[in-house]
Parts: sequence; structure tokens; C-alpha cells
Amino acid sequence: MKRQTALIAAILAAAIGGAALAQQSVATLRGGTPLADNADPMVIPKVVNTDLRQVRNYPEQPPLIPHKIDGYQIDLNANKCLTCHSREAIEISQAPMVSITHFMSRDNQFLASVTPRRYFCNQCHVVQTEARPLVENGFVDIDSVLEYVKNQQGGSD
Amino acid sequence: MLGFLRRTWGAVRRPSVHYSLGFLTMGGFVMGVVFWGGFNTALELTNTETFCTGCHEMRDNVFVELQPTIHYTNRSGVRATCPDCHVPHEWTNKIARKMQASKEVWGKIFGTINTREKFLEKRLELAQHEWARLEANDSLECRNCHSAESMDITRQSTRAAEAHERFLFTGEKTCISCHKGIAHQLPDLGQASLMAAPEAVAELSGYLDQ
Repeated sequence: MKRQTALIAAILAAAIGGAALAQQSVATLRGGTPLADNADPMVIPKVVNTDLRQVRNYPEQPPLIPHKIDGYQIDLNANKCLTCHSREAIEISQAPMVSITHFMSRDNQFLASVTPRRYFCNQCHVVQTEARPLVENGFVDIDSVLEYVKNQQGGSD
Repeated sequence: MLGFLRRTWGAVRRPSVHYSLGFLTMGGFVMGVVFWGGFNTALELTNTETFCTGCHEMRDNVFVELQPTIHYTNRSGVRATCPDCHVPHEWTNKIARKMQASKEVWGKIFGTINTREKFLEKRLELAQHEWARLEANDSLECRNCHSAESMDITRQSTRAAEAHERFLFTGEKTCISCHKGIAHQLPDLGQASLMAAPEAVAELSGYLDQ
């Protein structure tokens, strides 16, 4: 009986200690705010609105949207993006035309305009904000990789 | 009936026997203030957001759509209410619009858009009426607040500045030509383009029949 009590006490101590340790070592978005309280919300970052095209990190990357798209309606009735980026509109708007790849249906047929499966622009295309990344990103593009390999091989191909 | 009219006309023509000239003049003035003031007060009462959203047709459809847009919630807290955009501010034009609105009273009484489905079906036509009205008056209601003269395009984004320089300042287009659907959701525009070119559609369906 005595040994059993000691065992339970040991397990409890380990559990509490472990919980305390976990609380110290795991960083969450809540920070150290207790569960019952609300954390101070982060400042909403500003959307980049420079109208300057940004580089693609890899060739297949959907181009980023370099302007605000607040309240742009994209639904069954209307597509606000296409009022500037459609084939007919670009002469007036001087915006980049929606890629011809977006006209191809799932049966590899080129349609007269954007196919339904490519209709919802912000499924792939996104705006950028001036936010600091939550997690550091070590991505390098293919040119940097090739450069690195070339240097490793002593400058010869 | 004819006798009654003749007697009334006779009474109006003859000088007053019982009332003094002062009483009639002052009385006419006071009653004028009361009736004219009353008319204008009633008119202004129908020119408020509360009045417009008093009916479910407006409250549950267009007013809900307005709420998340920049004309309802924004950084400086200036709000455009229904009549700011949909009723001319100048008196003569306002009265003209109010007379047109009797059609809307008809619609209300007979329930033209009294369900969501009826509204959605009618939405393209209703939107086209408003677009046509604003095209015709050179976006007068927009310009009550947004004048091209006070626009500092250096404070706009490059894209906006270029567009305004090319189309607004040259008078080639008016506000509504580009800014459709900023305060309410757009109707089915595919259907709109078909309606705009009925001959082309007829010709096309001719080809398709062959």
C-alpha cells in the first residue's frame, strides 16, 4: 500500500514536471497568455500595393498580385479580376493578360475564355503583406543551387 | 356639382367680407410655412437610410451587401447612406427622381421583389437602370463627394493615377463606367453581355442551328 502511494506520487510529480517543461519549451502563437485571457492581437500587416511585378521563385509559381484586392467579387455572377486581366480588357487596362493556360479545359481543349476550373483567381494568386514570417524560410531558387554546385566543382561544368 | 364649383369660384373671386386683409395675408404666410415645411420634412424623411431599410427588400438584400464595403465602413468614418448615391441632391432633380420612385412604390405594393429569389432574378435589370442613370448624369451622385478637381493623384496608387489620368480627366469615361459593383454585389454579367448584343446572339444561334 505504501509502495503504491509512492508510485502514484512519483507519476504525478513526473506529469506536472513534464507539463511545466512543455509550457516553457513549446512556443505557440498565444505566447504566455493564460487560457482564460485573450492575447493582444497582432497588428494586421499592410498589403503590398506597389503595382510592381515580383520575381517568381520557381517557373511554375503563380504570379503574385502586386496590388490590393479588397472586396473583389469572384463568384458565379462576376469576376472582378477579369474586368482588367481578361483578353478583351487589357487594351484598356494595360494589365497583364490572364495566361492562355487558363483557357484549357480538363479535356485539353482550349476554350474561348477562362475555363471554370481556373476561374477562382485567388485559389493560386495571392497578395503579399509586409508581415515578418513566423517561421524562418531557407528557400533558395534554382539559380542559387546551380551557382553553389558550380562553385563546389571548382568552376568547371 | 357644377353649382358647387360655380359657388366656390364666386366666393374666391369676391373680396372678403368677414376677415381682415392682415389676417388673410398673415394666415396665408403661416399656412404656407406649415404646408411647405411639412412637405419638405416629409420629403427628407423618405430620404434617409432608416426609411430605405424599413422594408425587408432593401434591408436584407442591398443594405447587407453595402455594410462591408468602403462606403459604409472605412478608416475616416465618413459614411455614404442610400440617398447620397441614389437620389440627386439638387431640389429639381430630386423631385424628378422622387416622381420616378412612384414605380418603386408600385413594386413594393405588388411584391415585385419580395423574396430573395425574385430579387436575384430582377437584379440585373435593376442594376442596369442605376448604371444607365449614372452614365446619363455623368455620375453626378459620385461627384457630390468625389470631385475630379480635388483629386490628388499623387496620393493614389500608380495604377489608379494612370487610369484616372487616361479616362476620368479626359472625360472619356465617367465614374460608373469602371466602378460598378463597389457598393453592392454585381449581377450576372455574362447574361448582361448577351442582352447587350441581341443581334449577335441571334446570328450565333442561327449558325448553331445549321
